[in-house]
Amino acid sequence: MALLEVINVSKAFGGEPVLQAVSFGVAAGEIVCLLGPSGCGKTTTLRIIAGLEEADEGRVLFAGRSLADVPVHRRGFGLMFQDYALFPHKDVAGNVAFGLRMQGLSRAQVAARVAEMLDLVGLRGYERRRVYDLSGGEQQRVALARSLAPGPRLLMLDEPLGSLDRALREELLGELRRILNEVGVTAIYVTHDQQEAFALADRVILMRRGRIVQEGTPQAVYGRPASAWVARFLGLTNLVPARVIALNPVRLETPFGPVALPGERAVAVGREVTLLLRPEAAHLPAGLPRADEIALEATVRRCSFRGSRYRLTVAPPSGPELTFELPAVGAPPPAPGETVTLALYPTALSLLPPFGEPNTGPDQVRR
Amino acid sequence: MRFNPPKPKPAGGHPGLIRVLLDVGPSVVYLLPLGFLLLFFFYPLAEILRLSLAPQGRLDLSPFAALWRDPYYVRLLAFTTGQAALSTFLTLLVGMPAAYAFAHYEFRARSLLQALTTIPFVLPTMVVAAAFQALVGPGGYLNEWLVALLGLDAPPIRLQHTLALVLIAHVFYNASIVVRMVGGFWSHLNPRLEEAARVLGADRRRTFRLVTLPLLTPAIVAAALLIFLFCFTSFGVILVLGGPRWATLEVEIYYQAVSLFNLPLAAALSLVQMGFTFVVMALYTRLQARSAVPLDLRPAAATRRRPATWGSKLLLWGGVGGLLLLLLAPLAALVLRSFTLGGGWTLRYYRALFTNPTQSFFYVPPAVAIGNSLLIAGGAVLLSLLIGLAAAYLLTGPPGPLRRWADPLFMLPLGTSAVTLGLGYIVALDRPPLDLRASPWLLPLAHTLIAFPFVVRSLLPALRGMNPHWREAARILGASPARLLAEIDLPIIGPALVVGAVFAFTVSIGEFGATLLLARPNLPTMPVVIYRLLGAQGVLNQGQGLAMSTLLMLVCIVSFVLIERFRVGEF
Repeated sequence: MALLEVINVSKAFGGEPVLQAVSFGVAAGEIVCLLGPSGCGKTTTLRIIAGLEEADEGRVLFAGRSLADVPVHRRGFGLMFQDYALFPHKDVAGNVAFGLRMQGLSRAQVAARVAEMLDLVGLRGYERRRVYDLSGGEQQRVALARSLAPGPRLLMLDEPLGSLDRALREELLGELRRILNEVGVTAIYVTHDQQEAFALADRVILMRRGRIVQEGTPQAVYGRPASAWVARFLGLTNLVPARVIALNPVRLETPFGPVALPGERAVAVGREVTLLLRPEAAHLPAGLPRADEIALEATVRRCSFRGSRYRLTVAPPSGPELTFELPAVGAPPPAPGETVTLALYPTALSLLPPFGEPNTGPDQVRR
Repeated sequence: MRFNPPKPKPAGGHPGLIRVLLDVGPSVVYLLPLGFLLLFFFYPLAEILRLSLAPQGRLDLSPFAALWRDPYYVRLLAFTTGQAALSTFLTLLVGMPAAYAFAHYEFRARSLLQALTTIPFVLPTMVVAAAFQALVGPGGYLNEWLVALLGLDAPPIRLQHTLALVLIAHVFYNASIVVRMVGGFWSHLNPRLEEAARVLGADRRRTFRLVTLPLLTPAIVAAALLIFLFCFTSFGVILVLGGPRWATLEVEIYYQAVSLFNLPLAAALSLVQMGFTFVVMALYTRLQARSAVPLDLRPAAATRRRPATWGSKLLLWGGVGGLLLLLLAPLAALVLRSFTLGGGWTLRYYRALFTNPTQSFFYVPPAVAIGNSLLIAGGAVLLSLLIGLAAAYLLTGPPGPLRRWADPLFMLPLGTSAVTLGLGYIVALDRPPLDLRASPWLLPLAHTLIAFPFVVRSLLPALRGMNPHWREAARILGASPARLLAEIDLPIIGPALVVGAVFAFTVSIGEFGATLLLARPNLPTMPVVIYRLLGAQGVLNQGQGLAMSTLLMLVCIVSFVLIERFRVGEF
């Protein structure tokens, strides 16, 4: 049974619908991520769960009981703000202790718990520091400690890594995962960054314009995006229209020629589909492509160095341009204008519904 | 790890009545300042309107006809406008060099000196009048020195009751506005703008004319409008330093109301004056909004440097030094004079305040006025804090049409002349249920009207600087509404409250115009007593006037120091 249930929640601000019939559940101990572009309603969802906003329609249940009449300060949840919102007139210890003092714990209990939390986030000795003297990463840790200290039944995090630079973000991402698992708290994490979502979440919920468009584990969502929009949002840009011309094995007619996919797919002959080629699908074989790989001959348009990988944009003789990411090892990358033969891993290709159609049937591979 | 938090309390909320109060409470709080303005500002003004347009019950524009036809009143209006314009011009002239110096040069004790230039602004008009009397009056220091130095028969400086003295006093009062507003804005202008102009080929003069001045103009005009407003409604200064020869609208309203009992005419004059000030105020708020737009402003410290050339040093010492001399000499003269009799030092004047020599025309020691002033100020502070807090919350609440109108609305009393307000109270608050003529709350109410806008302006930066997420974070961490107030709101806006309270106290203690009209003869306040003492004959009376002025000045300076110490942001 889910610990938190959001049922059919809708909300509009000044006539503009921000959430439309959103429903999902969070199990105890689970880390769920609301992922989507800005304006998709993910922060509003958090605020409704926290009680800072009221839903126009729908209900929120916690442990089976409705939260409708429970004021914000009695819900026992935690919320980490994007701008941290640390109290400027209290020092680090004062901030972390705040929730504990609201619970009426004794001085000694508060002090002990504060010390424990600061240890957990790696800020031992910072008790008396003023918050405006802290760096971004330190502030984030204090904010985390403050939210966790009262032992919330549900912790919500609103883009907590948004304002940090990349290296710091990577480091804190790992720490966050460790801390959340160690404490075992149920968490809802909101972000627009798919890397954060995939690294942290047990389950990802994709939102777009106030609606949920896909739910599932990170691997499932990335492996089988439910629509062209989801695919593009996740950075999967190689979407090619195709038509099924045979089954067993599945043969597709694509703009750049026929393509054969191994395994069985639940599609009918003649069906229009979208072929998704993931960025990691291509590699440059030393010799000829293997029998079970798909060969693609194309002209190189652009090649851009990205550190550990390079992005290669190629144009097949007919059909749209495709962009792949190849590891920057071995032979030097090809130059623009060259003709190359790429080998594609068939497991990195997926069939999606055609553009604009909802996902009606499963897309399974039976081996 | 195991941590068993206490079970969250069951949802029950507050019992019925308290819940109703909590729901209704905010609306009541919002209505408080509006109700106050309605009863104690608009109603008296409406009565003035009625009195001036329809004293017998039907429309009677004869007072206005009298105004229009009699050349005396036309000259009066012309003089009022003219002296205000001239004062504004002179103030800008004197203040701009200092403004530039404070904005661009780094020198020792810069902040202290800048703070000193603001002291005159918080001084009551009576103190200023007394100070100038002590410096340039017939028995003042300058005359004494010049007579002794040059062996003259008669005091050479005869500025008593001249227009020149009035103008000097106006500059004295308002120079700090130029330094603060124009200087403040100037110091935040991005120096890159001027540098870009120079790189593009403009020399210093053209850069100043084509880049700096246009950027500075909104601030200059806003400052000029404010100074014009203050000089236009100037009362105490004209009354004491200008004497019987010079009268402005304010003074004329006072005479008509108090000496000639011609209330309809006084009311008509008030209406004319309100029309003028309203137009000026409207222009001011428009321009203030524009000059407050950050034009890629830089922190002031980044644009300052030490004066390098002889020219800049001259500007610094001349501009700042000259201004400080103008501002501090009268005050120093005041303090010194209050301790001198004949050729030596004495405490006679101070002692006389607390006894009751037969020369005094009250039958109580003047020191009673001190107690009176303190009581009235106490009442005014209480009321101002209450209403100011409510108004400030109203202004920082959810946006809407009410909020947009409320801001200039709350500032209106500041733009209305004090004498007009006093007159309004006389004609409006004279019958039940608002018969407050004999009430001890009459003066505190009048003072609150002028003081609470300062409380609002002190609180606004603090409230606006409050991140709403702090309150939300505290609520999520378990703080009930009461604890929110205690843990978040109060500590964060506490200093601003102190500043507001001190401001209200200072305004109340020094208020003269309305108080002169409303105070009962046997229960005066300090400024009223000073006025009477300064106007009376005899060295002892004059001396007592100076002594009390010095006390009042000290109180105001202490208040000023407290305000500077605790305030948040600029006004």
